[in-house]
Amino acid sequence: MRHIISMLIENESGALSRVSGLFSARGYNIESLTVAPTEDPSLSRMTIVSVGSDDIIEQITKQLNKLIDIVKVVDLSEAAHIERELMLVKVRATGKDREEMKRVADIFRGRIIDVTESTYVVELTGNTGKLDAFLGAIDGSLILETVRTGVCGIGRGDRILKV
Amino acid sequence: MQLTGAEIVIRCLQEEKVDHVFGYPGGSVLFIYDELFKQDQVKHILVRHEQAAVHAADAYSRSSQKIGVCLVTSGPGVTNAVTGIATAYMDSVPLVVLTGQVPTAYIGQDAFQEADTVGITRPCVKHNFLVKDVKDLAATIKKAFYLAKTGRPGPVLVDIPKDITNQKCEFAYPKSISMRSYNPVVKGHSGQIKKAVQLLLDAKRPMIYSGGGVILSDAADKLTKLAKMLGYPITQTLMGLGAYPGTDRQHLGMLGMHGTYEANMAMQHCDVLLAVGARFDDRVIGNPAHFGQVQRKIIHVDIDPSSISKRVKVDVPIVGNVPDVLDELLKQIEAIEAKPEPKSLAAWWKEIDSWRGRNSLKYKQGKDLIMPQYVVEKLYEVTGGDAFVCSDVGQHQMWAAQYYKFDKPRRWINSGGLGTMGFGLPAAMGVRFANPKAPVACITGEGSIQMNIQELSTCKQFRLPIKVICLNNGYLGMVRQWQEMFHGNRYSESYVDSVPDFVKLAEAYGHVGMRIDKPADVEGALKEAFTQHKNEFVFLDFHTDPTANVFPMVAAGKGLSEMILAEDL
Repeated sequence: MRHIISMLIENESGALSRVSGLFSARGYNIESLTVAPTEDPSLSRMTIVSVGSDDIIEQITKQLNKLIDIVKVVDLSEAAHIERELMLVKVRATGKDREEMKRVADIFRGRIIDVTESTYVVELTGNTGKLDAFLGAIDGSLILETVRTGVCGIGRGDRILKV
Repeated sequence: MQLTGAEIVIRCLQEEKVDHVFGYPGGSVLFIYDELFKQDQVKHILVRHEQAAVHAADAYSRSSQKIGVCLVTSGPGVTNAVTGIATAYMDSVPLVVLTGQVPTAYIGQDAFQEADTVGITRPCVKHNFLVKDVKDLAATIKKAFYLAKTGRPGPVLVDIPKDITNQKCEFAYPKSISMRSYNPVVKGHSGQIKKAVQLLLDAKRPMIYSGGGVILSDAADKLTKLAKMLGYPITQTLMGLGAYPGTDRQHLGMLGMHGTYEANMAMQHCDVLLAVGARFDDRVIGNPAHFGQVQRKIIHVDIDPSSISKRVKVDVPIVGNVPDVLDELLKQIEAIEAKPEPKSLAAWWKEIDSWRGRNSLKYKQGKDLIMPQYVVEKLYEVTGGDAFVCSDVGQHQMWAAQYYKFDKPRRWINSGGLGTMGFGLPAAMGVRFANPKAPVACITGEGSIQMNIQELSTCKQFRLPIKVICLNNGYLGMVRQWQEMFHGNRYSESYVDSVPDFVKLAEAYGHVGMRIDKPADVEGALKEAFTQHKNEFVFLDFHTDPTANVFPMVAAGKGLSEMILAEDL
């Protein structure tokens, strides 16, 4: 099962490598990892997408909680939540492909944020499935470069992760 | 008052009432050593290799209730210390490791004796710090001591760049520390404890399984009281020996890969298991799937939630400090009228006694070759069962655990988790510093002892009257045993040629050396070492039967009840 583990960590040097080191040392898998400071600059919010059985995810959560720099850990996927990922795709946009690319980007509510004679850069936000779907919808041979931020997420309603 | 970083380090140690620091000087820690020199409250023990400094500090802690402290220089000082740190980490021993680092401005420049200490040690410490500002130094050291001892204990490392030790700032040692990200649980959940009490009292075939956590948290007396009150059988892990008296009838001996027949059978066939400060290690329960074939309810008390349901599913998890949870268990059991049902308990004991009747630790001592088990038994007799016994890793370690009956906690000091050869001798040094009057034995083999043999020199410098009991069989015995049993008798690199003459070697270091070849001389030699040479370091080189193997044995991947007994062969 795919889980989104979200945590607040002390914004200290080395905190990230404690987390990533834990995953590699114990053989847990990381699909994506994002981290950035919160409104409180002493805290960072980190989101990790991992795939594993319930037992493994339970161990991951417990092991993360053991790290001294980690203040709080939640498994967002346990309850209602929203997840988003940002993707930038550079595509070849010439001839009839140029118009088609614009159309598909519009359908996916993407924005074209860089234009040259032969290329577009499309900015797209959504959950992982939507971004994958966009890549599936366009002609793969036109893709020059993709970059994705990895998933970040937040609980719905009253689910709040705060110190 | 303005103090330099080096002065602050020493003042912090004094504030923490540290009386011994084990270490080795070098370029990055020269200012700290200079301050050590100017005072005499904190004594420095100069070892001969940084690994030994950490093992000594580790055993100092294991054999007392104090935090072990060591001090090493940057680069190779740290990399040498890593094995010691990992050893302490695996066995949850509270240590504070102070390491020198190259000056702040040189970090990352591949400077002389530079190593990424925080990076290298990260996976084998509870936590580590790099001090970047002298103003943070005192608070960081305070945090290190706090983290090392609270919660599940472990080594904490503080890396201090050289320039920081020479910069000045105002010194104030924090009285207390609180960290928003670290709040270890103490009390167990009382609802869970209530469930546990019910299960325990309803049990037909109960069993207590106790581990190193009971010793680390100084809960031996509470555990003993609980076991006595219930009258239940108890087994202890390699790390837990001594929490419950080893000579008591309720004690079934150590369990696990080389546990007794009765302990392993009772563990496998119990219907309610109370696990306390133990972690269902692979060397303890063997194959978890096989263990799970028998239905039983498991109550697991541990301070570390990640130890619970890690290898074995648990029915009643109780996260908390072991003595606090045991207190609550005792209180609740005392308050209830209900007592364990005597009839089924008597039947269970009858079954256990029949397993015990197999006498799985028996061996034959002939006239010609010394059996290693016999040496340990004689050591037990000669020391009245009251010595501190350190060991290295291998067959001798298992024989020591099987045949020396520990009645008190913190008397049995060995590297259980990491299994570090070379641990024994430096550990014995640490034990002796923590217990300056106590008899200290180091049970070892000719393989392990050579991994930190240089410490014979430290033992001379500090006149440490340790007795080394070397069970010399000419082989890396445990490796040979596995090769014999699982690798078609192909003794690949397990025979050690050119073993030194340990008598001469001991004498070269200024110690007493004795070589013992005959079973009839074993007892006499031990008596001589512990009486006539009471105040001297004695190296007893026992030449033992090279074919002796450790039994019972649960082969790797097998189940607890699938033991190989000596009598089967």
